[in-house]
Amino acid sequence: MKLNSPLEAYKYLPGTNCGECGETTCMAFASHLIDRSYKLTDCKPMVKVNKYSKKFDVLKQLLAPEIHEVEIGVGERAVKIGGDDVLFRHKLTFFNKTALAYDVWDTMDEKDLVERIKKIDDFKKFYVGEFLTLDMIAVRSTSNDPEKFAATVKKVIDTTDMPMVLCSFNPAVLRAGLDEAADKKPLIYAANQDNWQEVAELVQEYDVAVTVFAPNDLDLLKSLAGTFSGMGIKDIVLDPGTFPTGKELKTTFNNFLKIRRAGINGDHDIAFPIMTVPMTAWMVYDDDVSASYWETVIASIFSVRYGDIMILHSIEPYALLPQLHIRDTIYTDPRTPVTVDPGVMEVGSPDANSPVIVTTNFALTYYTVESDLASSKVDCYILVVDTEGIGVEAAVAGGQLTAEKIKRDFEAAEFDLKTRTNYNTVILPGLAARLQGDVEDVLGANVLIGSADSGRLPGWLETNWPPTKK
Amino acid sequence: MTNKNIKLSEISDIFKKLDVEELEGVTIEGDIELDISGGGGLNPALAYALGHEAAQVSLHVANIARMLGYPVDQLFATSMGAVPAAETTRPNVLDELIPSKFEVSKVAEWNNSIEEVTLGATSADGGSRKNTITLGGENALPYHFDGEMPHRNYVTMDVFDMPIGMAKSVKENYEDVINDPADWAKKVVNDFNADMVTIHLISTDPLINDTPAREAAKVVEDVLQAVDVPIVIGGSGNPQKDPEVLEKAAEVAEGERVLLASASLNLDYERVAKAATDYGHAVLSWTQLEINAQKELNRKLMKQCGVPRDSIVMDPTTAALGYGLDYAYTNMERIRLAGLMGDDELTFPMSSGTTNAWGARESWMKESPMNEDSNWGPREYRGPIWEIITGLTLSLAGNDLFMMMHPTSVEVLKEITQTLFGSVETESLDITNWIGTEV
Ligand code: SF4
Repeated sequence: MKLNSPLEAYKYLPGTNCGECGETTCMAFASHLIDRSYKLTDCKPMVKVNKYSKKFDVLKQLLAPEIHEVEIGVGERAVKIGGDDVLFRHKLTFFNKTALAYDVWDTMDEKDLVERIKKIDDFKKFYVGEFLTLDMIAVRSTSNDPEKFAATVKKVIDTTDMPMVLCSFNPAVLRAGLDEAADKKPLIYAANQDNWQEVAELVQEYDVAVTVFAPNDLDLLKSLAGTFSGMGIKDIVLDPGTFPTGKELKTTFNNFLKIRRAGINGDHDIAFPIMTVPMTAWMVYDDDVSASYWETVIASIFSVRYGDIMILHSIEPYALLPQLHIRDTIYTDPRTPVTVDPGVMEVGSPDANSPVIVTTNFALTYYTVESDLASSKVDCYILVVDTEGIGVEAAVAGGQLTAEKIKRDFEAAEFDLKTRTNYNTVILPGLAARLQGDVEDVLGANVLIGSADSGRLPGWLETNWPPTKK
Repeated sequence: MTNKNIKLSEISDIFKKLDVEELEGVTIEGDIELDISGGGGLNPALAYALGHEAAQVSLHVANIARMLGYPVDQLFATSMGAVPAAETTRPNVLDELIPSKFEVSKVAEWNNSIEEVTLGATSADGGSRKNTITLGGENALPYHFDGEMPHRNYVTMDVFDMPIGMAKSVKENYEDVINDPADWAKKVVNDFNADMVTIHLISTDPLINDTPAREAAKVVEDVLQAVDVPIVIGGSGNPQKDPEVLEKAAEVAEGERVLLASASLNLDYERVAKAATDYGHAVLSWTQLEINAQKELNRKLMKQCGVPRDSIVMDPTTAALGYGLDYAYTNMERIRLAGLMGDDELTFPMSSGTTNAWGARESWMKESPMNEDSNWGPREYRGPIWEIITGLTLSLAGNDLFMMMHPTSVEVLKEITQTLFGSVETESLDITNWIGTEV
């Protein structure tokens, strides 16, 4: 975006402090525009009142992200890619997670095709209270036969709502696919140096987003993108080629850096989402495990460095799990602490003789404690206190972890120490030792001080549990 | 393309008139669509601006105007679309590509270099290592075209002074050496291509075996005898015991320039620092995911303890993929960027306890504990890739040295980091028709 401070955005707002947006002042709203936690349309007066309409338009332009945002697909499963404003996630956050597209091809037999689509569509992994899932299907034309491609595209549409990438360099094949799928708003892959005019015609006729492909030729890539923009085509994705190995991979890596840096720095012709194709790893490795590993390695590099959408082949869980997690890692908003739900969690199969261990709802703390205990096969309860996502040491210092809050969250979880356990004892983290007296008073329970590092808890429990005092 | 010369200043003037706020006849419909009234769908101002030039010239003009910062994009695109609007949606296709030159500048603010820290000493320097390893020296983020990376990434493999619990797929590789740290060290160097060895003296922990420091130091001597690569010496992580353990270890390793792991704010870092400086070793400055704590500890090591700048390596903490890697990654990236931009309390090479990836349940659990999850597949393939991706991610943030466990992880991490470093030669691959790949 072109603005650096709330003040610069404030100039264009009504300035009435009417409160409709949920903020008490226009200035507060302006700061949310700058950190992109609100959209301009959240200020209803700007949208509705005629006299603000020019300012609305100017401000909208000024607020537009540096990297153009492209939407692919329709309905709930539609994905957005691009839309970034920074080169490093700590400077703000990255927007629109890298879209993960998995391939099918038009020479598959129908049964295999449907089975593969379902596997892709159904894959899910629970993580911090939600499911991580895959996004898209990339349909490759390996037959180069328009009819076969159309039939495959149709089968995909009949099987899933996932958005699609239609992949062929043959415009006739693409047209056949678009005849089936245009209303699903697929992404077209790809226009290159040879076919760009015919592809440009298709893209305008069917009003879909398009990928331009210029392997390791940034001048040509920019030229293609600039030409397509010049023709009035807005939704463009850039593929500078993904070379899977050796010095060519190093060059590919640097192409991604260069394109994104130029885009963020204001080169409009190249300020578009970037596509990577880690599946080129399969052109080099022929055993499935090596190819899946190397593909995942490439996918991870470009999840970190500026890939906005990628086409992958392996659907082995050992490839999908890290791919989903690294993408989530990079796109998690660093401004909001990651939290887990407060409450009493069970590790293993605890009973009335099991220890009750207190920790915070900072996800990192919680998962560390939980996995430390689980991996040592300790049966216990964990009270997760809502500390607003702050870790133990800072929460004790900042008052987010107190005896009252521990009591509050035991009550909210309807967990009565006296009836549910035989020892009426809680174990505080070593870093919360100074709460001991308070917690004893407020809970009317015994309090033990555990180890400072949960990695030592299992060993600590061996000598300190069960407690001697009942 | 044209004989007519347009001066930049003229274009600038023409397009000033197109400033959104001054445009007449522009109304806003709905959200963003600009409706430009005027003859034949072409705005008079725009028609004037574009004059009698051919469509392609106008594209050039628009490009220049865009560079000058005028919001012509929308106007232009809309009007270009609007010209043939009378004949509905006939696509607008140019006759030839608009030529373009891609340019991007290097980052100007990266003008500080990371310290070079050399580990190990050969006979020439009073040690007995076959080679030394130098970490650091970067003047840009890793593998970036902005600078040269003088040294590749290195891997040091973990060896423990007693049998420990390990994930099944890790343990399989060490069953024959698990009771002998010297053999274990030989195995990681000879069979698994480790650049260095880390000997973890975990049995010294009072909660484990409480092995006396003097006895633990003998294990260090054994390892130094068994292998001739530079080594890292780790304590048990017990803040009371570690300073003493590391002192004794530093003493027996005198002259070998080991890396002592580690000094931290929650133990007597002065003793650890002194052990390093007294016997000519480097020290690992370990903090927990907090850039300011890292600065504070580095400052104390330098100012208060007199550790030379070429003898500090940082470990800002590694959290596993899915278990806080986002913090670990961004923390390292911020540290490295701050160093490159001149914060000389942070210009040190970094080390990662990549082995922590094995704490992630995805790497070792037989199957997902969640019934709703899709099948996780065989764990023997999940573990190594978890360690690889954890390390690879941190390598992109600027990490130099990786402490690792699984031989496959080491092999793949070395392959990818050396590929990005630029030392892996492969045959050129034609990807122009990757779509047709038969797999
Ligand atoms: S809704 Fe608009 S005018 Fe009202 S306070 Fe918010 S920003 Fe200001």
